[in-house]
Amino acid sequence: MRDADRHVSRSAFAYLFSEMVQYHTSRIRSAGELELKLHEVGQRVGAKTLELVTIREKLMKRESGVIEMLQFVSSTCWKSLFGKVADSLERSTDCGNEYMIHEFEPITNCFVSIPTDLGHLNCAAYIAGILAGMLDCAHFPAVVSAHAMPAPDSEPHCYA
Amino acid sequence: SKQRSMSSASSNANARLGEQIWQKMPKMNAEFFTLTYGSLVVQLVKDLEDVQKVNEQLEKMGHSIGMRLVDEFLAKSGVTNCSDFAETADVIAKVAFKMFLGVAVDVTSWNAEKTACSLLLYDNPLADYVELPVNVDLYYSNILCGVIRGALEMVQLRVEAYFVRDTLRGDDVNEIRLELKERIKDEMAEEYRRE
Repeated sequence: MRDADRHVSRSAFAYLFSEMVQYHTSRIRSAGELELKLHEVGQRVGAKTLELVTIREKLMKRESGVIEMLQFVSSTCWKSLFGKVADSLERSTDCGNEYMIHEFEPITNCFVSIPTDLGHLNCAAYIAGILAGMLDCAHFPAVVSAHAMPAPDSEPHCYA
Repeated sequence: SKQRSMSSASSNANARLGEQIWQKMPKMNAEFFTLTYGSLVVQLVKDLEDVQKVNEQLEKMGHSIGMRLVDEFLAKSGVTNCSDFAETADVIAKVAFKMFLGVAVDVTSWNAEKTACSLLLYDNPLADYVELPVNVDLYYSNILCGVIRGALEMVQLRVEAYFVRDTLRGDDVNEIRLELKERIKDEMAEEYRRE
């Protein structure tokens, strides 16, 4: 099994991700559609990530509660993907089944400059997709979206 | 049989340079990179259906990346003019692959004219966790061939790069054949010189 600590340069990812966004851009009509595409691609990554993390951590039991699952995802899975745990995990005060995971510098948004005709694009839709994929794979279907906050951070919202 | 076209000292210097730059490059978990690439390949297979078209699309995307990546490579490596194609190949193998992907690559199998060689990748982060169905004609990592072609085009070298062996297809090593086709004349430079 491949060592979890293996690294590549951030540049390599930046070029790849940028090219991926370009590819999808050429096939869609609006920034909204592009975010959906990134979300879709992210879901596949999420499902695979959960599989790999589960095998690597030799997990026997499935997380049963929503909070436990979100904690697992925002720490263990996040660490596996991004080398760090998520900046925070919060529960919404007004909506009982809504949670927020904060990530101040999502790797997807660090390198991609948005062309003006796609003004509202948030590349963290990719991360939101990954999150959705993980949760879905663990039988916690959720609506996950990415929202940019005034400080440069992005928070995938989960509605579990 | 292996032909060493560069002195060991030069090649070792390139390897040391590659290692130095790699140490300084901001890094990320390979897994995320690998899974992102895997997801892209799956998407292309879905969209394009025909395996040859996927191979071509991967190469094309790589070409686009190569044209941009070469700037970062030149800026960080300080490599200026390579005296011959053998040096170019060694720099790609020992410096470029190392600094971007963290892997060691060997250059072997030179032809007599020193215009073609093979790059051997023992380790390929793109292909971790991947299994291909048997008898599929996909060159999963074909993006790498495009990157090489695009980058060299920007330094006036027209090359062909293609996989001849691929561990995902059952071979023991990944081998990219690199062929120099021509040195591109820089027409703009000629114009300036004339004025």
